[in-house]
Amino acid sequence: MSFLLAVCFIFGIGPPEAVKACDRPNDAGKCILLSWKLSPDDAGLKSYDIVRTDAFGKDTVVGSVPSGIGSFTDESVRDNVRYTYRVVARQDSLRAESVASGIAVSRAQWFNKARVNVLVALVIFSFLVFYFIRHARAGRKLFIRRIAGLDAVEEAVGRATEMGRPILYVPGLAGISQISTIAALNILSEVAKKTAKYGTDLLVPNRDPIVYTVALEMVKEAYTEVGRPDMFKKENVFFVSDNQFAYAAAVDGMMVREKPATNFFMGMFWAESLILAETGAATGAVQIAGTDSVHQLPFFITACDHTLIGEELYAASAYLSRDPLLLGSLKGQDWGKVVILAVLVAGSILLVLSGIKGLSFLHVIYSFFNIS
Amino acid sequence: MKQGIPRLLCLVAGIVMIVQFFIPHPISEKIFSESLRWVRIISAFALVLGVRSITVHHGTRIIRKSSGWGYSLVALVAMVVTAVIGLFGGVDPHATALLPTSIGGFSFHLQVLYANLMVPLGATMFSILAFYMASAAYRSFRARNKEATVLLVAAFIVMIGMVPIGSAIWPKLPDIAQWLLNVPSMAAKRGILFGIALGSVATSLKIILGIERGWLGGGK
Repeated sequence: MSFLLAVCFIFGIGPPEAVKACDRPNDAGKCILLSWKLSPDDAGLKSYDIVRTDAFGKDTVVGSVPSGIGSFTDESVRDNVRYTYRVVARQDSLRAESVASGIAVSRAQWFNKARVNVLVALVIFSFLVFYFIRHARAGRKLFIRRIAGLDAVEEAVGRATEMGRPILYVPGLAGISQISTIAALNILSEVAKKTAKYGTDLLVPNRDPIVYTVALEMVKEAYTEVGRPDMFKKENVFFVSDNQFAYAAAVDGMMVREKPATNFFMGMFWAESLILAETGAATGAVQIAGTDSVHQLPFFITACDHTLIGEELYAASAYLSRDPLLLGSLKGQDWGKVVILAVLVAGSILLVLSGIKGLSFLHVIYSFFNIS
Repeated sequence: MKQGIPRLLCLVAGIVMIVQFFIPHPISEKIFSESLRWVRIISAFALVLGVRSITVHHGTRIIRKSSGWGYSLVALVAMVVTAVIGLFGGVDPHATALLPTSIGGFSFHLQVLYANLMVPLGATMFSILAFYMASAAYRSFRARNKEATVLLVAAFIVMIGMVPIGSAIWPKLPDIAQWLLNVPSMAAKRGILFGIALGSVATSLKIILGIERGWLGGGK
C-alpha cells in the first residue's frame, strides 16, 4: 500500500476512463446512472468525486464513492435537462479528472419495459380464463376435481343443526383489499345460504370495520336469497376489535362460551391462527380452515379437520355455488398452472444449454422470464 | 342501479390500477398514492360503523343477560373510558388536555393505559401460543402412519440442526436441516405460491369484470 502511495506521489495518478452517463430505464425520472472504468491506480486511491455540469456550464459535486466502485446514481437531477459528468480520482492532494461523459437527459417513462413479461403472462392467463368461461357458458361440462374440505361444508352445517349449536365463521384478519378476504367473504355467502336453509345461527366476528360492513350485507343478502330474511340476526355479524390479540381473545372466549359445533377460519391469518384453531379443537368443534398464508397452513393442517390450501380458498365459492361461469375460471387457473410448469421446464433447459459454449445467446430468452 | 354503479366503479378502478402497474411515470405514481389516501379516509369512516357495531352487539348481550354478559359490560366500559381519556385527557402527561389524567403520582393517560393494559394483555395471548404449539406438535408428531413418521423425523432433524447442540452431535446436521428447508420445504411452498398467484389474478379478473359479485352483497 505504502509502495503504491509512493508511486502515485512520484508519477501522479491515472484518471478514470470511459465515463458513461444514461437515463435510468423504466423509472419516474429524476435519475441518471453513471459508470466508469476504474483508475489504473485504484488501489492507492481514497475516493472518486462525481462532478456534474449542467446546460449553463455550472459544475456541481453531486457525490463521492470510495475506491473500487465504478458506478453512481445521481438522483438530484431535473428532468429534460442536459447534463455531462466527470469523475475525479482523489488521493489526498492528488487529483486526476476523467474526460467528460456524453450528454445525458433524465426523462420519466410511460411504460416499464422490464414488466413486459408480466404483461405477456397476464394476457395469456386472461385469455385462458375467458376461453373457459365462454366454454362453460356454452353449456359444456367441465371436470373439477373434488376438494374434501369443501365437500365437508354441507356436513358441518348439518351437524351444527342437529346439535342445535351455532356456526362460527372467521373471515380472516386482513382488510378488504386482500384477495383472500374477498375469497373468504364469497365462501361466507355460500355458508350463510346453507345456515339460512337449515335455520342454524351463524356468528361472524370481524376484525376490520369495512370487512364487517361487507360481511353484514352478504349474510343478509344470502338469507334473503333463500327466502328466509326473518331468520337473519343482525347482531350475529359484528365488529370485535382491530387489535390482533384482542380479537383472538374475544373469538376464543366465544368458542368456549357458545361452543359452536362448526368453526370456519377462512382468509388471511397471522400468529393467532393456532390460538384460534387449538381452542376450537379443544371445544370439540368440526373445523374447516382455508388460507393463502403459507406460514399458517401447517398450524391449520395440524389443528383442523379440513384445510383449504392456497388456491383452494379462491376456488371455494365457485365449487360451492357450481355457477358455470365461476367454474370456467377455475379451469382457466388449472391451465395457467400448466403454462407455468412448461415455462419452468423450458427455463431450466435454457439455463443449462446457455452454459454450453456457442449457445450463450439462449440466456437472453431465459432472462425474459425474470421478473423485475 | 344498486349493483350497476359499484360494478362500474370496480371495473374502472381495477383497470386503472392494472394499467398503473405498467406505467412508472410520476402521474401514475400520483394516482396510486392518491388512491391509497382514499382507502385510509374510507377506513376512518368505517371505524364509526365498527364502534356502532360493538355498542349494539354488547348492548344487546347485556340487555338480554346472555351468558357471559359481564364481559360485554367490561368491554363497553373500557371502550367508553379509553375514548374519553383519549379525546379529552391527552395521549401523554405533557399534552394539554381538558380532563386531568393524573391523581397525585398516579397517572392514567392514554399512553399509560396502552403500555400497562394492552401491551401485557397482547403479550399474554401471544405467550399462550407456545403451549398451543406444544399440544399441536404432540398431536401431529405421533407416528401413526408413514407420512406422520416422515414429518416427525424431518421436524426432529430441523429442530436439532438449528440449535448449537446439533452441530455438537454431528457437524453435518445443520447442513441437512438447511437442505430440508431450502429444497423439499421450499419446493412445496413455491408450488403453493404459484397456485395462490394464479388464484389471486383469476379472482381479481372475476371481480373487475363483474363475474364474481359476492362482495356486492351476494345478489346476481
